[in-house]
Amino acid sequence: MDGWGILRALGGGALIGLAAIVLMLANGRIAGISGIIGGMFAANRAEIGWRIAFIGGLMVGPFAAMPALGGVPAVTVVAGVPALVIGGLLVGFGTRLGSGCTSGHGVCGLARLSRRSLVATLGFMLTGFAVVFVLRRLLAE
Amino acid sequence: MARILAAFAAGLLFGAGLAISRMIDPAVVLAFLDLGAIAEGTWDASLAFVMAGALAVTMTGYRFVLKRRAPLFVPAFVLPTQRGIDWRLISGAVIFGGGWGLVGYCPGPAVAGLLLGAAKTWIFVVAMLAGMAIDHWLFERAARASPPAGNTVH
Repeated sequence: MDGWGILRALGGGALIGLAAIVLMLANGRIAGISGIIGGMFAANRAEIGWRIAFIGGLMVGPFAAMPALGGVPAVTVVAGVPALVIGGLLVGFGTRLGSGCTSGHGVCGLARLSRRSLVATLGFMLTGFAVVFVLRRLLAE
Repeated sequence: MARILAAFAAGLLFGAGLAISRMIDPAVVLAFLDLGAIAEGTWDASLAFVMAGALAVTMTGYRFVLKRRAPLFVPAFVLPTQRGIDWRLISGAVIFGGGWGLVGYCPGPAVAGLLLGAAKTWIFVVAMLAGMAIDHWLFERAARASPPAGNTVH
């Protein structure tokens, strides 16, 4: 990756951090995507509105970034349908069971120096590395 | 209303950040997770910089925000109360990491990518919601029927 790539990564990451600050300052909530979505299964009516608004913003956000990117952001989904279904089930179930995902544990939790979030982040990072190693390096010809 | 608008603004910033940082692209995420590429000199370290940028900003901001008595639009901060490292935390993280490594999607980028035109993103998100529902039915509902000693905050 070149300098522009590093700048994009840092700048985009900073915006994610800014989003986490806004949600905490305004609504007192952790910006954990799995918690915001999964919480809707149990939320009462007063708790649903802000979750839907956040998810709506999340889906429109990439379009708001288009002027900076000069076009629609690239999305390349390599996985086939069976892998998407299995992967989706694992991600949904695992993030709820483990109380968080990349954003809730990896960003907000680590920012609060949470020991639980450190353990979870190490858990999903190391597993992610291992799975990709097996799929791309051991099983691939 | 302020609460709704603030949540929308936060989501908008989050989605823009995912797009600008390229983390919205599962191919970029998988390229980061492919440590075998380090030896070949083709490793894409983007995600490490995304995490570093997000963490630095959040850590700095939280230091000021969490010193306040209360947030702007609600009476109190809602922070996780669980402290212990238990089997749920570890197995949940490992299960999540397995799906993440398989597809390259975690919840944020998958949802943020829904309007970008890939049918595969929808398939993943529907399966993800099903996985969340399974956890809810297996554990959360049961936990509320007979409350455990600890307080569960997700």
